[in-house]
Amino acid sequence: MKINLKIKRFNPETDKKPHWETYAVEVEPTDRVLDALHEVKWNQDGTLALRRSCAHGVCGSDAMRINGRNMLACKVLIQNIAKDGDTITVEPILGLPVVKDLIVDMEPFFAHYRAVMPYLVNNDPLPENGRERLQSPADRERYDDTTKCILCAACTTSCPSFWARGEYVGPAAIVQAHRFIFDSRDQAAQQRLEILSAQDGVWRCRTVFNCTEACPRGIQVTKAIGEVKEALRTGVIQ
Amino acid sequence: MPQYHQFDALVVGAGGAGLMAALYASRGVNTAVISKLYPTRSHTGTAQGGISAALGNLEEDKWEWHAYDTIKGGDFLCDQDAVDIMCREAIDAVIDLEHMGLPFDRTPDGKISQRRFGGHTNNETKKPVMRACHAADRTGHMILQTLYQNCIKNNVKFFDEFQVIDVLIEDGKCNGVVAVQLATGEIHVFHSKATLIATGGFGKMWKVTSNAHSLTGDLPAAVLRRGLPLEDMEFFQFHPTGVYKLGILLSEAARGEGAVFINDKGERFMERYMPTLKDLAPRDICSRCIYTEIREGRGIGGKDYVYLDFRPEQINKYFEADGNPKRIDAHYLETRLPDIIEFARVYQGIDPIKEPVPIQPTAHYAMGGIPTDNDARVLADETGRIVEGLYAAGEVACVSVHGANRLGTNSLVDLVVFGKRGGIAMAEYCKQASFRPINRDAAAKEGAAQLDRIRNNNGNERPHAIRKEMQAVMDEKVGVYRTGAGLEEAIDKIHELQARYKRIRIDDKGFKWNTDLMEAWELGALLDLAEVTAFAALARTESRGGHYREDYPNRDDVNFLKHSMVWKNGTITLKYKPVRITRIPPQERKY
Repeated sequence: MKINLKIKRFNPETDKKPHWETYAVEVEPTDRVLDALHEVKWNQDGTLALRRSCAHGVCGSDAMRINGRNMLACKVLIQNIAKDGDTITVEPILGLPVVKDLIVDMEPFFAHYRAVMPYLVNNDPLPENGRERLQSPADRERYDDTTKCILCAACTTSCPSFWARGEYVGPAAIVQAHRFIFDSRDQAAQQRLEILSAQDGVWRCRTVFNCTEACPRGIQVTKAIGEVKEALRTGVIQ
Repeated sequence: MPQYHQFDALVVGAGGAGLMAALYASRGVNTAVISKLYPTRSHTGTAQGGISAALGNLEEDKWEWHAYDTIKGGDFLCDQDAVDIMCREAIDAVIDLEHMGLPFDRTPDGKISQRRFGGHTNNETKKPVMRACHAADRTGHMILQTLYQNCIKNNVKFFDEFQVIDVLIEDGKCNGVVAVQLATGEIHVFHSKATLIATGGFGKMWKVTSNAHSLTGDLPAAVLRRGLPLEDMEFFQFHPTGVYKLGILLSEAARGEGAVFINDKGERFMERYMPTLKDLAPRDICSRCIYTEIREGRGIGGKDYVYLDFRPEQINKYFEADGNPKRIDAHYLETRLPDIIEFARVYQGIDPIKEPVPIQPTAHYAMGGIPTDNDARVLADETGRIVEGLYAAGEVACVSVHGANRLGTNSLVDLVVFGKRGGIAMAEYCKQASFRPINRDAAAKEGAAQLDRIRNNNGNERPHAIRKEMQAVMDEKVGVYRTGAGLEEAIDKIHELQARYKRIRIDDKGFKWNTDLMEAWELGALLDLAEVTAFAALARTESRGGHYREDYPNRDDVNFLKHSMVWKNGTITLKYKPVRITRIPPQERKY
């Protein structure tokens, strides 16, 4: 089938501001948007810049805005969003500075990630028998959903609160905090909750649900944020 | 203006091996990590089913059994002292990961859960054993995240999205690397006492591959260009269960949970080939069995694929036939294999709970690579001479623990064990070594010149066309089945493509985020590696593990119980070194 890819282009070395360019591409219906972008890059215009790596939805490199919604280009099949002759629009995710074409500056995003202490803290002595710390299957299940995060930024850059104020720590960082707050082995939940109770923390979430809709890993992001709010409100982690 | 940095220890690559090395090196010395991606995007994150260690949490197990399976699975090409180290230290390494916070699945009594995987057996009963520790089917994702989290906790310095293009080697010693910062196009010279290469695989020389687009062998190609050898390049693993046409991996964990291969006649064909291990036979064997079925006309609808069947009622039927009392349901599979079920749903529009999934073997893992000793120190030749200050670990390295065929889960074992050993060895070395002088301006100038040659080359060949032809010939002639004539054709074709590569033209002449340029650079690396791979495969006139020669179908221990070492100094040179056999004498590999 034939489709048109309408791509928002910006080359910092030659352009003052972004502009749209449209490319006609021959694709299989089961091709992914990433395949179509490669078709442009490899056979029509090598200057097109984008990030990608694993190409099956687990590295998180190719989050972009496709037909107005955040998706991983490698995880959306053409046939699911277009018919023969349709135009698909592709642009960078919103809320982070555009560096070139579909590439944004990820540093502010990772700064928020680092700010929430995204690592296990446990100062107890290690088990004397040299073995693992025990954790029940139920305790392990408690935080399973938020371990799926691949840090693609699709959630954070779909969030109106983040668009309005980039200092807001954003859904992805809260998901990372959640992953440790609700891990029975961890001992720094109170410190993380303090960080998230600050002005640009979890209360900037207005429960719009864009994040949950955008997550390519199916994480219940809004629910996780809600659980963090509940822990702050009640002082109880459960 | 080129930029200049100095660190005691440098790690190139931020997957499992690199981050493990960085974590341990950073406890002793000033350490930096350079990665062409963000660390969380490394390919370790795609590892699915598990990491093996003889924890014995669900049934009896011993590290010696793990070692035996590894050596036998590797068709006796493994260096046995290295395998012993890996399997013994795997236990502490996995416990270490748990202490760092890794969310393993748990047994009812709270221990790390384990499951079956291909080629892992109880040495006494010969039956499959539950040895693979797992976190759903995203074990690699959890390892990668956990290691990155701990590096952040440890304040490791990261240079994200920097592509290394050269390794500074002078008088047999390594003094650092040259990299380009992708965002700016600027050249950065990194001066170090010790440098560890952990850049993973290079499966992009094949078309049907489970490998990420980033796996292009930039660093093994760089050390090859610097006059160092690569080891056992002819041994590349084809994983039996790639999603048909796409190559996306469906983990062996599916078969560990009971899935089976089915041919066009609805027959569970592995019973014929491997009556004891059946569908849990090692990967090289399963891949050849699938191709044999296809060649003999029993691919699905006569085509070049078979089914992987993991419908719950089918699994239960086979459990019953095998005398296994276990029974499972759809919910169980959704919990244990969520990601691979989703891959089938997204990419094939098939619900594996209701329909069997079309699969074909996919280029997956480099058993060969940069030769190292057991402390990850890089070797300069077949006599074991060390390249001072240079280390390698993980898939890019060849210790050799995988021999001619890697067992499932052992890549993750390899990278945590030898990543850690490499990190510790670097820290110790750095404490007693001093910085050797380098000519940083010359290094920067040469790096920039190499890139400028591609940027400004005034040819008429599109890099993508060359890449496509390379991948096609590698799939066809340097795949699961090989012949002398086919390999010679492949070499001729690669030489033709290398000549055309000199006449490439790229569209993007800029500096900032010039991925056109970097992809062309990567293609040059892949062509070099494809060339030495085909050469080493042509010279090995036997069949062993993942290297199968139709014209030499038998293993030949008299002539080939040895590792190949390949150099490319104008022409290609091959030498060999003996396999280190310490405990287990080579025997016919029967399952």
